[in-house]
Amino acid sequence: MSAALQTTTVTKPEIVAPAGTPAALVAAINAGADTVYCGFRDATNARNYPGLNFTAEDLKEGLAYAHARGRKVNVAINTYASAGSTGAWHRAIDTAADLGADAVIMADIGLLDYTARRHPKLRRHLSVQAGASTLPSIEYYYESFGISRMILPRMFTVEEIAELKTRVPIEIECFIFGSLSPMTEGRCSLSAYATGRAPNLCGVCSPAEFVRYDTVEGMLVCRLGDFAVNAFDASEPAGYPTICKGRFIAGDSATAAYVFEEPECLNAATHIGTLRRAGICAFKIEGRQRGRFYVAEVVGAFRELIDAEANGEPLARHNGAMEQLRRLAEGGEETQGALKRGWR
Amino acid sequence: MSTDTRIRLGLGPVLFHWPADRLRDFYFRIADEADCDTVYVGEAVCSKRMPLNAAVLPEIVERLTRAGKEVVLSSLALIGDDREVAAMTALIASAPGLVEANDAAVLRLLRGRPHIAGPFINIYNEDALGFLAGQGVVRVCLPFELPGTVIARLAALSPVPLEVLVFGRVPLAISARCFHARAEGRSKDNCQFACNADADGRLVSTVEEVPFLALNGLQTLSARAANLLGELAPLQEAGVRRFRLSPHTGDMKATLALFRAVAEGRQAPEEASGRLARLHPNLEFANGFYYGAPGHDYVVRPVSAATLAVNAAR
Repeated sequence: MSAALQTTTVTKPEIVAPAGTPAALVAAINAGADTVYCGFRDATNARNYPGLNFTAEDLKEGLAYAHARGRKVNVAINTYASAGSTGAWHRAIDTAADLGADAVIMADIGLLDYTARRHPKLRRHLSVQAGASTLPSIEYYYESFGISRMILPRMFTVEEIAELKTRVPIEIECFIFGSLSPMTEGRCSLSAYATGRAPNLCGVCSPAEFVRYDTVEGMLVCRLGDFAVNAFDASEPAGYPTICKGRFIAGDSATAAYVFEEPECLNAATHIGTLRRAGICAFKIEGRQRGRFYVAEVVGAFRELIDAEANGEPLARHNGAMEQLRRLAEGGEETQGALKRGWR
Repeated sequence: MSTDTRIRLGLGPVLFHWPADRLRDFYFRIADEADCDTVYVGEAVCSKRMPLNAAVLPEIVERLTRAGKEVVLSSLALIGDDREVAAMTALIASAPGLVEANDAAVLRLLRGRPHIAGPFINIYNEDALGFLAGQGVVRVCLPFELPGTVIARLAALSPVPLEVLVFGRVPLAISARCFHARAEGRSKDNCQFACNADADGRLVSTVEEVPFLALNGLQTLSARAANLLGELAPLQEAGVRRFRLSPHTGDMKATLALFRAVAEGRQAPEEASGRLARLHPNLEFANGFYYGAPGHDYVVRPVSAATLAVNAAR
């Protein structure tokens, strides 16, 4: 841990970093993450992709590595359990509790209720998948299940977040970097409509086994299931066919356009001071599907910027870190998303 | 499971931006002529539309109630600010009967009194159902992506009646951003009600001109409408007695009658599906979610037991 972190009097927000693998967990912690979040290797978490995620043994080792360095590990159990199959979700919660996870990140009302009753001492964080977006909805989860923290949906301006924090009885965690969905999370079945598999029930969005690329009249067409989600000419870099970031024809329009959202990456680096002063306690980086080198670079850049900002240094002096984040943004395009007025 | 075995048809809230006159005419006809038990009324998609229809809402509720329909007020599916919370508080205060919650904020406002959990509340298992029933939920309209196997398990375990969407374009996503306004190069704040031009939503096609989705302001729906005429029998066998139809511009009175006839075994689902297509010439149909398949699929079942029974009776 840096000397700056120990001597400063300012309460700095945690960096909450993604770990799709044990190697990414180690990389994130070594790069300066305060907290890492991860999930089990099954449909109990919202990044249920081949080759990703943790066994119980992996989690045990990850917790030991993190706790030895004064850091935390939060476990995402943030999909919805199907009727008759809740056993697998209950086991995931029990395992996280037994191994000493610092928190579980959840969205399902039934599972939150189970955890509150069975493991009252285990911190419960409300996943962005729950889509709680107003004071009464946050109160609903707080009063019903004793959540300690909520992860805010990506739909508010910086000013709105600051105002909300003054009225909310619990901690707020905000996304600061990574892939951005324009849809309210936990309320999206677009992927299920095209493929039969989606985040809420399967923990996947636009899964790779349904993706096909082919060339039609000189255009590279990328498909998800039966649908062409985008087409690129030779001058454009081809993207992944995530439905909400595809190009489509709306109504009588003569041309295809990004009807929902351009394929951009959220980068809220310029807002970290405002968000810290507003009392946001944790900055979340999206990307458990990303490799450890990517995670280490993003965490390292934010470690530098958050420490600098807390020490009162102008971020202009940290152009290297800012530039690095810009380079890491998906497709080279970055956005402030809903944080900036006018996105809606 | 409920012991009441009568089939109840519910007409879901009009999801699209219909002008007040059209809305009033539609509901008056439903009140006077349509065979349905419950009518869900109110704006579920965008709070900006609410003031435009506020003036006709009381007469709609009154006419439906007088016609003997159960009137339920539906709430917004996405609530993002204090103004919308206040609108929901006012909605609850004005409700003649039950209110359908479509967001956790409304669950909070309704806690402790009888209410309905709408399809935008994520209820996928018996734990969630049990918790909500303990908070005052007396009926649940299930999320649209649930497969029939899960619906059947929930129906077997549920302490309250369940309702399933059987007709209409399926809401797939909601956003704080308005895609209808975006398609016109506007922001949500300056939308000028771009959504009012598309009474069944604005079709979104792929670059290969294959119909895919439909825009409805903040909401994105399926291009193909759900048609579960062929699945009414297995749903009934599983214990589901309530079916929801989502309003479209086609003849909803005749659509309700078709679903009633099939649910009561008076008409074969295959024959009814042909008629349904004629009632809604602008819609294609799908039932994939029921089979755990891609939602846009139309799974053709072998000739159903219901069909054989109807044919045998002739």
